[in-house]
Amino acid sequence: MSCMKALSMNAHPSLVIGEPVEIRHAAVQPEVMVRFENISKTYPAYRGKPGVVALRNIDFAIPRGSITGVIGRSGAGKSSLVRLINGLEKPSTGRVVVDNRDISALTGRELRLAQRSIGMIFQHFNLLSSRTAADNIALPLEIAGWPKTEIRARVTELLALVGIADKHDRYPSELSGGQKQRVGIARALATRPRVLLSDEATSALDPQTTRAILDLLANINRELGVTIVLITHEMSVVRQLARDVVVLDAGHVVESGHVADIFTHPKHPITQSFLAEVTGDSLPVSLASRIVQEPCGHAVIRVQVRGAGAGDTLIARLARELGFDVSLLSARIDEIGGQHVGTLVLGIPGGDSAAARALVWLSQHQISAERLGYVA
Amino acid sequence: MSPELINLIVQATFESLYMVGIAALLGTAIGLPLGVFLATSRKGELFAAPLVNRVLGAIVNATRSTPFIILVVAIIPFTRLIAGTSIGSTAAIVPLTIASTPFIARLVEGAIREVDGGLIETASSFGASPIQIVFKVLIPEALPGLLLALTLAVVSLLGYSAMVGAVGGGGLGDLGIRYGYQRFMPEMMLAVVVVLIALVQLVQSAGDYLARRVNRRLRHR
Repeated sequence: MSCMKALSMNAHPSLVIGEPVEIRHAAVQPEVMVRFENISKTYPAYRGKPGVVALRNIDFAIPRGSITGVIGRSGAGKSSLVRLINGLEKPSTGRVVVDNRDISALTGRELRLAQRSIGMIFQHFNLLSSRTAADNIALPLEIAGWPKTEIRARVTELLALVGIADKHDRYPSELSGGQKQRVGIARALATRPRVLLSDEATSALDPQTTRAILDLLANINRELGVTIVLITHEMSVVRQLARDVVVLDAGHVVESGHVADIFTHPKHPITQSFLAEVTGDSLPVSLASRIVQEPCGHAVIRVQVRGAGAGDTLIARLARELGFDVSLLSARIDEIGGQHVGTLVLGIPGGDSAAARALVWLSQHQISAERLGYVA
Repeated sequence: MSPELINLIVQATFESLYMVGIAALLGTAIGLPLGVFLATSRKGELFAAPLVNRVLGAIVNATRSTPFIILVVAIIPFTRLIAGTSIGSTAAIVPLTIASTPFIARLVEGAIREVDGGLIETASSFGASPIQIVFKVLIPEALPGLLLALTLAVVSLLGYSAMVGAVGGGGLGDLGIRYGYQRFMPEMMLAVVVVLIALVQLVQSAGDYLARRVNRRLRHR
């Protein structure tokens, strides 16, 4: 897969996701919505605190109409990165082009006008406690100078869009977390932006509410064509919603590409650790504790399979073609970036040579596999 | 108590209310914008002007650390310049305003700083100008705190107004000193204290009521 090779971040720290060859999902609109061009961001030393380099050599693009996840540990530079997109922060070097405009060069009134086409939602919702749900949604429209009657109509439309038409006159203190975030989403969409930035928008919500909010964002992306950039430290959010992912670590992009590619073949340790959060260690404790490195009994082989019906017939074919009594020690199937990804742990009897033959057979069928050790 | 004395109390009450009312209005008119500016002009803030912030902060502190009775006497020439005279209730409004302005400014600064910084970022993110942020976000969100701050300022002004008798400002405090103390009329002193207590209670209750009404954060818990 030459495309896979191009996506590897190990050789090149900078990479463009947006180039048509690399984009499988963006066939409709292969254009670029946001492009970071050789960005670095340094916070100067202040009051005895040393300066901080938040971002360095950031160079990638976000396709129009896509949902792109930016994942990283806290302090990795995610917040700075997303705030460069709507001009809340300025890069120290380089430029940020949003919808064919260099937003990093805009100031004052021009910047404020450009910001109306970029919505943002926040972890803590950031609703005004003194305004009702409807009036919170109306705020960006008031600021943009819309006439009152148009504001009223637009707010009603938005409340319905996010599924809380009945909460029109409720104050934030009367709403649940999920409802507050729906108000936040409606407010962010009020001025019909082309980009929606999500800053850990589901991190303060329970898993069920998170799922509902992510579904809503997916609908918005599908129906309104809004490009969504979500920053998160939660792998599960990226897995459920995003098709492209950018992995940030210590201000660097360490890996980026399609979610399914990145997370089935994670190269950077940070990516691997994020993946482990979703797939678990993939070995049950009872099995892991029995694995030894000296050849004995069964060889333990971990196999990763992808695609529809992943691994359905693998065991049967392996057993038939090589004549083994393959035993299944552990298995799980995850859905990542819309693809099924299976992790199977197989036990192969017959010592080292049998295990080696199985590995050769698997690699001939382009299935990634590794020997973990042996169990008695 | 004779009708004349009661008349004196009524007249003094009106003098006090006049001085405090006008001084509170003027003090708010200057102190509110000053307080908003103090709360938003440090490095990296909405109207960043760290140097101006520090100078204004120093002036505010200097005014606040001057005892009120000293301030009243010290600024007599300035009072004469503004009010045309240095004697009487109207003249007393000048030192009362000068004393209440920095007090109100600091209270306003505190109330504005209580507003979650995330809201400023949010408003900026959809293209609000600094002025729009002040009027559409900061002041509405800080309103309960601002109302309590103004209540506190009015109560303090009532206390200050008792001292302007020193420059013939009149009012309840003056009445208490001249009749109650210097003429040995304890019933007059008592009457003055009772009226002052009633006024403070009234102002505080009204302030609390208004602040509760506009506070949506706690209303429904």
